[in-house]
Amino acid sequence: MTSSSTPRVVVTGIGVAAPNGLGREEYWKALLAGENGIAELTRFDASRYASKLAGQIQDFEAKDHLPSRLLPQTDVSTRYALAAADWALADAGLGPDSPLTDYDLGVATSTAQGGFDFTHREFHKLWSQGPEFVSVYESFAWFYAVNTGQISIRNGMRGPSAAIVTEQAGGLDAVGHARRTVRAGTRAVLTGGVDSALDPWGYASQLAGGLVSTATDPEAAYLPFDTRAGGHVPGEGGAILITEDADSARERGAAHVYGEITGYAATFDPAPGSGRPPGLRRAIELALDDARLAPDGIDVVFADGAGRPDADRAEAEALAAVFGERGVPVTVPKSLTGRLAAGGGAADLASALLALRDQVVPHTAHTTSVPEAYGLDLVVDRPREAALRSALVVARGRHGFNSAVVVTAPTTA
Amino acid sequence: MAQLTLDDLRRVLIACAGENDGVDLTGDILDVPFEELGYDSLALMESAAAIERESGIPLSDDAVTDADTPRALLELINGVAVA
Repeated sequence: MTSSSTPRVVVTGIGVAAPNGLGREEYWKALLAGENGIAELTRFDASRYASKLAGQIQDFEAKDHLPSRLLPQTDVSTRYALAAADWALADAGLGPDSPLTDYDLGVATSTAQGGFDFTHREFHKLWSQGPEFVSVYESFAWFYAVNTGQISIRNGMRGPSAAIVTEQAGGLDAVGHARRTVRAGTRAVLTGGVDSALDPWGYASQLAGGLVSTATDPEAAYLPFDTRAGGHVPGEGGAILITEDADSARERGAAHVYGEITGYAATFDPAPGSGRPPGLRRAIELALDDARLAPDGIDVVFADGAGRPDADRAEAEALAAVFGERGVPVTVPKSLTGRLAAGGGAADLASALLALRDQVVPHTAHTTSVPEAYGLDLVVDRPREAALRSALVVARGRHGFNSAVVVTAPTTA
Repeated sequence: MAQLTLDDLRRVLIACAGENDGVDLTGDILDVPFEELGYDSLALMESAAAIERESGIPLSDDAVTDADTPRALLELINGVAVA
């Protein structure tokens, strides 16, 4: 689809809220240092739950980040999204004094879970005290579009906006939609994904999916591609990115260009029992085509890393089919944060852009023994320095979503 | 319950809907439109629900959102003119 008239879309701002780091550099340092954000769930008493671990954001005082008007009306996930949006906009230099205003700026974010914690509290009031005690803000605080809406209102961003829900693939699909929106003429689109569901009801809902590890050791509960893989640990947070027309970024003298979104594709798996292959390989190949790159043009893959033998094997097979056996370094830094739902792909994309900047691949912490049959060059033990020009980020959402994004280091022209 | 005062209303508004940056609620705000104080219709409905629960006085959503200043809302709640 690329032609000389198709605008190039670059990332000019990054904001991360993750269990092992608040803010872009804190998160990045934590990944490279192998700091684990997974620990025993402390937000409520989970002693009667089958699983007891989570990737929890610590030390986030909402009132330090948000005006008090927003506190009664926001779920914890929206608070993270608003803070990460503030950081990303500041990073991009898009503040009140920026030449970009109103309809120049769109918002396209993803959340897979909505406002669980807020809703849990309001349901508790409903059952124990009565309907007149339920907050009027429940009307939107639970809703999948609320992060996009609150970010838009708070920052006066009135351009084309959207909310995307595709489970764990949502963070990447939002970025794909943002790129499409910029190409259609909006100068900058704030995008990414943030999730949180670590209240008693949200955590129970995640466990009910049957994919959560019951291991109790925070260092060994989420082991993507490991022979011991036995499920994942749910985490909270994610990343917000500013995607921008490359010409616009140059014209206004954007402080950073982290990289270009050169490829994006999404596929959906065929129905179980159809006999047709899963769609992940096709998503990867389509994203490479979109980026006009051959497989050897990809220098590192940030994999989905479900942490279950069947899903890990399927992903390893797709990667080997495209890149060849041990054909490309692969990593899953989310082993330090848990799976962040829609936040996961977005955080991985932030990591990939920072990897391009610093020419280093963060490692897959905790995973130690990868089955030989996977044919994977998984980066384990410690970060690996490498010459990195393009990175592929992959995410899969439950029940069939596959998404792939290619990011390429900025050209120094 | 005794008559609701401006101080009571101020307390309920802050508890239910927070405070806007750059707005001073401590001054004479009786006739300042809620819009200028940074409170939208949802903020008023949330605050009115709390007042209903405390006072037992039923307040219709339409009447609450039609009250565009603290004076109008207090008159609605107390059923008498505010001096």
